[in-house]
Amino acid sequence: MNDNSDYIIVAEQVNKTYPNGVKALRDVSLGVKKGEVVVIIGASGSGKTTFLRTINQLETIDSGRIIVEGVDITDPKTNLTKIRADIGMVFQHFNVFPHLTVLENVMLAQILVRKRKKEDAKRVAIEFLTKVGIADKKDEYPTNLSGGQKQRVAIARALAMHPKIMLFDEATSALDPEMVGGILDIMKQLAKEGKTMIVVTHEMGFAREAADRIIYMDSGKIIEMGTPEEIFDHPKTDRLKQFLSQIL
Amino acid sequence: MNRKKNTLFWNVAFFAVIIGIGFFIYKASLKINYTWNWRAVPSYLVYKAQHEIDSPANGVVEKFKDGKLYLKSNKGKVIHIKIEHPVLKVGAVVDAGDELGYNTSYEPGPLLEGLYMTIKVSIVSIIIALIIGLITGLMRISENPLFKNLSTVYIELVRGTPLLVQIFIVYFFIGTLFNMTRFIAGAFALAVFEGAYIAEIIRAGIQSIPKGQTEASLALGMNYFQIMRYIIIPQAFKRVLPALAGQFISLIKDSSLLSIISLTELTKAGREVVASSFSPFEIWFTVAALYFVVTYGLSLLDRYLERRLAGDE
Repeated sequence: MNDNSDYIIVAEQVNKTYPNGVKALRDVSLGVKKGEVVVIIGASGSGKTTFLRTINQLETIDSGRIIVEGVDITDPKTNLTKIRADIGMVFQHFNVFPHLTVLENVMLAQILVRKRKKEDAKRVAIEFLTKVGIADKKDEYPTNLSGGQKQRVAIARALAMHPKIMLFDEATSALDPEMVGGILDIMKQLAKEGKTMIVVTHEMGFAREAADRIIYMDSGKIIEMGTPEEIFDHPKTDRLKQFLSQIL
Repeated sequence: MNRKKNTLFWNVAFFAVIIGIGFFIYKASLKINYTWNWRAVPSYLVYKAQHEIDSPANGVVEKFKDGKLYLKSNKGKVIHIKIEHPVLKVGAVVDAGDELGYNTSYEPGPLLEGLYMTIKVSIVSIIIALIIGLITGLMRISENPLFKNLSTVYIELVRGTPLLVQIFIVYFFIGTLFNMTRFIAGAFALAVFEGAYIAEIIRAGIQSIPKGQTEASLALGMNYFQIMRYIIIPQAFKRVLPALAGQFISLIKDSSLLSIISLTELTKAGREVVASSFSPFEIWFTVAALYFVVTYGLSLLDRYLERRLAGDE
């Protein structure tokens, strides 16, 4: 795979073994184009979350390369904080800051990392809190919010950095069922707006509707890759067929 | 309703027990041959001091008016001097330096001076101990072996040796090397000791914050310092506040050991007063009460802060 300016993320032959000996990633290679929505599916322990977390180096790798916007982020000399600010991430367990109000949650990194003035950060924060439909809670502390509301805050917090890439790590898995739809709607909206997104999810409806490309992973390897039609309607491998029969 | 009656009964029982114990101690104290003299105690806390006022020039006392003495000097100048208790009468002839009278004022006695020193050395110590504790606590969870091992050695050494010995070492060895005053050496020794415990408290507090907080901060592009300063330490501080307050209370009590290097804090002041007053029981009870006022005040402050900080969680 050559460096191609079409690709905003390039992963080459990525390998990772956990200290307990589990091989989490085996020769994972992937190119993601600007504006593309890639959805990674697979059973628990298939390595999909680990792979997602290597893209902003929350997870280090043993061998291979990951290039984001032309910068090799696996090079120890790379200044990660700068790259990470361009990669928004939404977590399964929200990880909102409990000691800060909703507004402060969204403002803090803008001020510290993007060096925005307080008024600008506040304006941007309210813009995105409005976008995710939670501006009315801006002065609340997270403890007074439901799971779905916390996840909206987390999404606004990531978007307010104006990231070029958004990573979603099972963003709806920890939510009550009635909250899932609202979060998925926000993610679909972002996909429509042309945001580059990598989404790890168990929501197959979302995958079919929003994905440009779906990746099926199992035991640390990419088994199959294709459009939603190819993956859901014409699966080639037995493993994928079995996986789909279990979850659909 | 029933439950309420029950707590009332036990509250009454509590006071009955306290009064009972007090009565027992009082009865027991009557059995020993000791003359209680509580009246002497207040003067060791606050006393009325007399300041002698001397004549600034040769002259004659002319008159008294509005608490002032008017002195007509031999050179013909009238000088007025504020005097509460004059010893001379109108018409008296004075030379420069003769006593005209005296003023009085309330001054802190040795025990209050000692308490002031205890508070001063404790505050300085707490500030240094917090800085030491924060830095070594962070070093302890660092992945760098240099920092990690340095902090571990410090914490183990300090926790494994008696404070009294440490005070001697700091005062006689380090204090001599760096020409430290008693106060500095004492505050420093206390801070080094309590810092090791504070380091462990801070380490535990930081490690109790879920990993997701750090990960979310990293993902937003924040650096180590920013994450600690804005995300982890504010949350950890709230969790360790009760333990920190307990450590500060220990520090205040441990400061009594500084009497051994002749720092005149509350305990040393108590010993000196006992030597001159011959009222050891009263003085030591008073000293204990003074310590308690300070530590209990800190305890109340901690409770207030805990309640205030509890708002957002």
